[in-house]
Amino acid sequence: MVIEIAIRSLQVTFSALVISALIGVPLGASLALAKFPARRIALALIYTGMGLPPVVVGLAVYLLLSRSGPMGGLDWLFTIPAMILAQTILSIPLIVGITMSSVLAVDPMLRIQLRALGATHWQATRDLLLEARSGVIVGLAAGFGAIISEVGAVMLVGGNIAGQTRVLTTAIVLETRQGNFDEALALGGILLGLAFVANLIMVIAQGRLREIK
Amino acid sequence: MTSPVYALRGVEQIYGPRTVLNIPELALPRGELIAVLGPNGSGKTTLLRMLALLEAPTRGSATLNLNGRAITGLDASIEDRRRVTMVFQRPLLLSRTVRENVRYGLSLRGSQANGQQVNELLEKLGLARLADARADTLSGGEIQRVALARALILSPEILLLDEPTANLDPSSGALIEQMIRETHQRDGVTVVLVTHNIFQAKRLATRAMLLLDGELIEEGEASQFFGAPRDPRTARFLAGEMTY
Repeated sequence: MVIEIAIRSLQVTFSALVISALIGVPLGASLALAKFPARRIALALIYTGMGLPPVVVGLAVYLLLSRSGPMGGLDWLFTIPAMILAQTILSIPLIVGITMSSVLAVDPMLRIQLRALGATHWQATRDLLLEARSGVIVGLAAGFGAIISEVGAVMLVGGNIAGQTRVLTTAIVLETRQGNFDEALALGGILLGLAFVANLIMVIAQGRLREIK
Repeated sequence: MTSPVYALRGVEQIYGPRTVLNIPELALPRGELIAVLGPNGSGKTTLLRMLALLEAPTRGSATLNLNGRAITGLDASIEDRRRVTMVFQRPLLLSRTVRENVRYGLSLRGSQANGQQVNELLEKLGLARLADARADTLSGGEIQRVALARALILSPEILLLDEPTANLDPSSGALIEQMIRETHQRDGVTVVLVTHNIFQAKRLATRAMLLLDGELIEEGEASQFFGAPRDPRTARFLAGEMTY
């Protein structure tokens, strides 16, 4: 049962992280490089999003997915996809914000010099992201941490249903409420262990990427 | 004069309240080594960036003529852009090895780098022992030489150089000058060289021009420009009598 909950936690976390990275990394790079009139407003929105209260996101996703909500037809409420959706919304601003800061930290003249060497817009963006790779990985680690440790939103939209949507964080809440502190602590230990292993993998990847030729 | 590779007409470049470049008319002949002289803030780098198709003029037109086709401004195709290469005064390298930085432009073009060609170029520029060193371990002079190597490996038709020997020791400067001369004379590359160094311009250039406060004062063949300048301001500049 514990293994099943841990696997489900990882499934939700990595699904949300992959979707967030696919959206967040290019968006962060674009926001760092593009000049458009509402850029400052967009940046303020991203920074606000980095501090989104999970329970508010959970409530918003709940209302979206509820039977009378605009996405009610999907019938996702109290399912894994609903949890992934909420977690994705929570982690995207983190990944966008940190990616953007990392790309902004690269000397802006580098982009012009890459263009002068014949890089297309996309080649220059790709190579700037590679230059900013350490920061991008920090963004992914932050997104991962936010997702795997989150409880409020997944409780609301997932419902903590045994065998279906129960993940490590919601299981810890349940065991604590029932006074099963030993079980809660054990689950907490597993959660920390998984987070450590995942971050260790990212740190190793960071080292490897730094050595990319 | 051979057919001009660049033709500028009524060019004005305005940054905020300041006009940094104002060139009513200028034609740069193909196959020449053109020195652009002028003090700081005279618009030399702005002109170079315009010639590199990295900037479009605020007013007027800067046209690049390639194979009878007129290419203007930022709309140039990537294929046309790739025939012009620029080396910047403060070159920035990627966090990769020297060899990878030199190969970078070729990889953008999907070309397989000829290892021997890379090695020869590194050897000529005194970088062979640093081929596998990471760029962030290089000195300023080494970075400057890598920047020149990554431009030369592309065999550009037009090579734009912004103070390529600034802050270099005399031997590194001489090495780079030799490479510039070779590229121009042997390969027939059109070179536009921005420099503060009048002596360097005299040593290398076949044509020269002077910019002062964004205005083109004079442009002509090197012998005439340095030997018998038409404009008294050019004469004063070359004599080192101007203060800024």
